[in-house]
Parts: sequence; structure tokens; C-alpha cells
Amino acid sequence: MSWNSTSEFFSMGGYALYVWGAYGVTALLMAVEPLLAARRRRRALEQARIAADAEPRA
Amino acid sequence: MRLSTFAAPSRFYALAGVLMPWLWAAAALLAAAGLWIGFFVAPTDATQGEAYRIIFIHVPAAWMSMLVYLAMAGWAAVGWMLNARMASMLARALAPTGALFTFIALWTGSFWGKPTWGTWWVWDARLTSELILLFLYLGFIALVEAIDDPRRGDKAGALLAIVGAVNVPIIYFSVRWWNTLHQGATVSLTSAPKMASTMLTAMLLMTFAFWAYAIAVAFSRSRAIVLEREAHADWVRGIAHGGRA
Repeated sequence: MSWNSTSEFFSMGGYALYVWGAYGVTALLMAVEPLLAARRRRRALEQARIAADAEPRA
Repeated sequence: MRLSTFAAPSRFYALAGVLMPWLWAAAALLAAAGLWIGFFVAPTDATQGEAYRIIFIHVPAAWMSMLVYLAMAGWAAVGWMLNARMASMLARALAPTGALFTFIALWTGSFWGKPTWGTWWVWDARLTSELILLFLYLGFIALVEAIDDPRRGDKAGALLAIVGAVNVPIIYFSVRWWNTLHQGATVSLTSAPKMASTMLTAMLLMTFAFWAYAIAVAFSRSRAIVLEREAHADWVRGIAHGGRA
């Protein structure tokens, strides 16, 4: 292991801005995308329910 | 049961729902292992110091940006030629994920370029062709969403996706065909990798993690698209009412 302390890990040998800037945005986007996809499915299901309720049962 | 059985949106919806938890679990475990090896086992790079650790997300994202595009164009073509609705829906579901990976490849590349090249951006062949890939994804999404008739939208999108596929080999071979600031391939099928084995392991684990993520999120989105498009089918009504009970 190349780190002697937590602060050394987070400073990334002076490249903290670049390493964490790259990883932070990637993590954020990859956390948000699945939530958006799941929300889209829930909304589609809700719409299908409303459409089904609006029509008289056969 | 044949593979074509899952071309029926109702069957696909059910199958994707069963597979998704496993794909999410695989993505999380592979990413955890890849990040652990990438940050705690792989050594510091002799010339780039710690900045090189961006490679563990940059290269997998760049690979996925091209692979997802080929998958998207392939499914769009199948949907068009075989008149398979589910294939066209998969193509639509892949587009935002491909755009996301393209953006991540560009973003992480920029954050790697600044400390190593001294610039956030340069109009060289690799970077420019990858930027064009992002515009192709965005163009595909805008085009299919702009056409009200879903099947007409699918066909227009397929045409754009297939024509745009010419950009993928241009991206891949750009570092060989032109003099670029971007380095050549570190890993290829025909020669030994030019990096430490722990670095390679971390990068491959992250690649498989991104792969599982891409399939999982594309399944999730294609399930939403199926429900939107088949809202009046009996099976969707069954699910809609079953969910309320």
C-alpha cells in the first residue's frame, strides 16, 4: 500500500483536484442515472394505472 | 423456449426484472474490488505520480462509450430490419447510458490531461472524434424523441445510429492514423499490456463493473419504455393494478 495516512490518501500526491474531480463527477452521474431510470418506470406505471382506471371495465 | 420469445415486450419486461438485481450486485462488487486494487494495491506511477489513477475510470468509460454505441446501432438495425419493437426499445434505452459514458470519458480525460499535458482540452483526433460520439448520442435521442409515431422514430433513429457507427473505428484507430497528443492503446488483444499487472487487474474489474452497470440501467430504462409504449396492453394493466393492491 502506498499510503501512510488518511490525509496522504486524500491529497493524492498533490493531484487531489484532478483525481477526485474525475472520480466525484463519475460517481455522482452513475448514482443519479439509475434513479432517473427507476423514476421513469414508476411514472409510466402510474400513467398506465390512470389510463386503465379512466376506461370502463370490459 | 427460444431466444426470440423474449422479443415479446411482456416477456422481456419480466426477464429484465429478474436479472436486474443480480446485475446491480455484480456492478457494485466488481467496482468495490476494482477501486480497492486501484487505490490500495496498484503502485504509484513512476512518471505520472498519483494522477494516473484516473485511468481506472477513464479507460473503462471510453471503452463503454464505443461498445454501447455499437450495441445501440446493432439493436436499432435489428429493430428496423426485422420489425422487432423490443430491439428498437433497447436501442433507445442504451442511448442515454452511452452518452453518459462518453461524457465521463471526456470529463475524466480532461481532468487527466490538465496535470499531464498541461491543458484541459485540445482539438486532436482522439478527443474530437470522442466529442462527435457524444453529439451522435444526443442527436439520436433528440431525433427519436422528436417524432411522435414511435415506430417512425425508431426507423429514423436506426438510420442515424447506423451511419454514425462509422465514427467508432475512427475513434479507436485515431491514435494510430494521426499524430495525436493522446497516447496509443495501453491494452490490445495482439500484444502484451504495457502496464503493471495490478493496474491492469483494477482496470479490467472496473470495465466489467461498468459493463454490468450499463446492462442493468439499460434494462431498467427499457422496462420504463415498454410500459410507456404498451400502456394499453392487457398485461400492463394487470401489472398496474397488481401494484396497487
